[in-house]
Amino acid sequence: MQKPRIRWHIAVFLAPAVLIYTSVMIFPLFNTLRLALFQEVDQARVYVGLENFRTLFFDPIWSKQFWNALGNNFWFFLIHMLVQNPIGVVLAALLSHPRLRFAALYRSAIFIPTILSFVIVGFAWKLILSPIWGIAPSMLDAVGLKALFAPWLGKEEYALTTLALISVWQFVGIPMMLIYAALLSIPEEILEAGEIDGVTGAAAFWKIKLPLILPSIGIISILTFVGNFNAFDLIYASQGALAGPDFSTDILGTFMYRTFFGFQLQLGDPHMGSAIAGAMFAIILLGVCLYLFGIQTRMRRYQL
Amino acid sequence: MKKTVMMAALAGTALVATSALAEDVTLTVESWRNDDLTLWQDKIIPAFEAANPGIKIKFTPSAPTEYNAVLNSKLDAGSAGDLITCRPFDASLALFEAGHLADLDDMEAMGNFSDVAKSAWQTDDGAASFCVPMASVIHGFIYNKDAFAELGLEVPTTEDEFFAALEKIKEDGTYIPMAMGTNDQWEAATMGYNNIGPNYWRGEEGRKALIAGEQKLTDEQWVAPYATLAKWADYLGDGYEAQTYPDSQNLFTLGRAAIYPAGSWEISGFNTQADFEMGAFKAPVKAAGDTCYISDHTDIGIGMNAATAHPEAAKAFLTWVASPEFASIFGNALPGFFPLSNAPVELEDPLAKEFVSWRGECESTIRSTYQILSRGTPNLENETWGASAAAIKGTETPEALGEKLQSGLASWYEPQQ
Repeated sequence: MQKPRIRWHIAVFLAPAVLIYTSVMIFPLFNTLRLALFQEVDQARVYVGLENFRTLFFDPIWSKQFWNALGNNFWFFLIHMLVQNPIGVVLAALLSHPRLRFAALYRSAIFIPTILSFVIVGFAWKLILSPIWGIAPSMLDAVGLKALFAPWLGKEEYALTTLALISVWQFVGIPMMLIYAALLSIPEEILEAGEIDGVTGAAAFWKIKLPLILPSIGIISILTFVGNFNAFDLIYASQGALAGPDFSTDILGTFMYRTFFGFQLQLGDPHMGSAIAGAMFAIILLGVCLYLFGIQTRMRRYQL
Repeated sequence: MKKTVMMAALAGTALVATSALAEDVTLTVESWRNDDLTLWQDKIIPAFEAANPGIKIKFTPSAPTEYNAVLNSKLDAGSAGDLITCRPFDASLALFEAGHLADLDDMEAMGNFSDVAKSAWQTDDGAASFCVPMASVIHGFIYNKDAFAELGLEVPTTEDEFFAALEKIKEDGTYIPMAMGTNDQWEAATMGYNNIGPNYWRGEEGRKALIAGEQKLTDEQWVAPYATLAKWADYLGDGYEAQTYPDSQNLFTLGRAAIYPAGSWEISGFNTQADFEMGAFKAPVKAAGDTCYISDHTDIGIGMNAATAHPEAAKAFLTWVASPEFASIFGNALPGFFPLSNAPVELEDPLAKEFVSWRGECESTIRSTYQILSRGTPNLENETWGASAAAIKGTETPEALGEKLQSGLASWYEPQQ
């Protein structure tokens, strides 16, 4: 019998990725979690256990900010789920229509904002919506609806929704592309078989196509969830680290940034900042687990 | 023979070497003012080196947002420059407490500065000073002289006159009465609350009483400015809630607004942008004849790295920074950044001159939230931004805002408990 050879080449091929991933992702992640267990007292780092988390969740000053940020985050996510993903599905369905002309043009045009930088998107929309120089008020004026215009980004009640919609505008291309790909992979025969049975048009979409793209919609939802709970850039670029007006657009990312690095006269507190980062990590982990074990395993898959 | 020549040559080089050493004390200056690089290279350094042969200065600024972090790591590594440009208050105080900045109290030139000027770079009890004050910024209002002439307006000195003028500009409709937005929040606090506030809390008197715990943010003098700010809302442009700081600057310099609540740092920018004549007036007082108070906020200082190899040369430079000669170079090259020394400085820019003339008429103070009170969580300065914006927008009453700020401050600041 031949002795099993140690297959060195596997280790050699894995090494670069494992090393790089460990040093830039896994190590910093665990180090951040470790940092959350310390506090600085008189210029020395002291181990305080879960004290920082107790402050974060139970101290009224901190917990108010935390729950506010978390609530805003859920709203931000909800808008994406209710607006971005349905629009993405509809766009994909339209694009995959065989008789649509210029489909490639529309597809690129809708996808392009996704590759723009947050800073550009934030700045451009701030200008568009600006009550002073923006084109939004004059466009509304042209159709006689000037009364509908409000300085949306400056009002507590609208600012977060406005920003969420801007983000939807930017990222609607991603669900569109993924679902478009899923729709294209549905074999013609199935649709033809349906037609013979009298399932056509909208009914074909609801009864045949939608069940077949459900796994893709699931993946998109979880990507949206992770993306939204890690969001930071757009809010920071358009509203600044204080996430005004009056913290109404404050999400976990901006709250963490402000705490970790400090802002204006507020000195940075890396330990509390890490505690918030830890909480964010836990929330995202929980959400992903719920999806993976609660939904994905039960989803019905069809052999095409 | 040969040996003697060698010896002489050696001795000669040794001599040259020592004299070169004696000449070449090079001091490095750490700073975040990379905008000022040419000013230092063309004016400040040549003037100093001409007066002090034997000391060379190297100005090595870094980006403003990175300065604190870069400086801290350099200081910890022992590679920081000999002279350190000081941020006001806690950032520099932390450096002093960590032993990075030298105590400058024995320097005679410190006598050239008032207590308010020094307050930004002192220990809380005022026992030790560690940076030479370089410049301050003064708050007030800049106005469009052409617009005022067109509408026949006088420069307001009391609050009633101020609001009457705003009302008149609004009625006329040609100009937006006042260019300010609440989107970025800080203008409402810095150019709003801390601009008009000192007249209410009587400058240093109120500020110090607040630090000592003798006054509270719920007291009338601290709440009333919010009530006044609330009245501003009617005179700001349409959609001021989403108006940003650059928006306001542009509105004013394009000549679309008549009054701009300002800090003096705007002067050089406005001079190049606006093509109309500008004037300035200080925050209006309650009744004619009242003592006026201005926010004359200390912004830049310079100190000595405690670990420097050339303390004498560094002190010579700091002494020169404290002199009237430096004040006049600096003040004229950067109109709007006013030298803090007691010696009178002749400024050339008319607008800057106007601002600085208030020092003679009014009592100076600094922004109320900067010293000590913004050390804890929640941060009083950041809270004041939100509160001032909320006051203008009318989303909360002045009393409720005072309540909120007071309870936040009292939660961590002992004298207020």
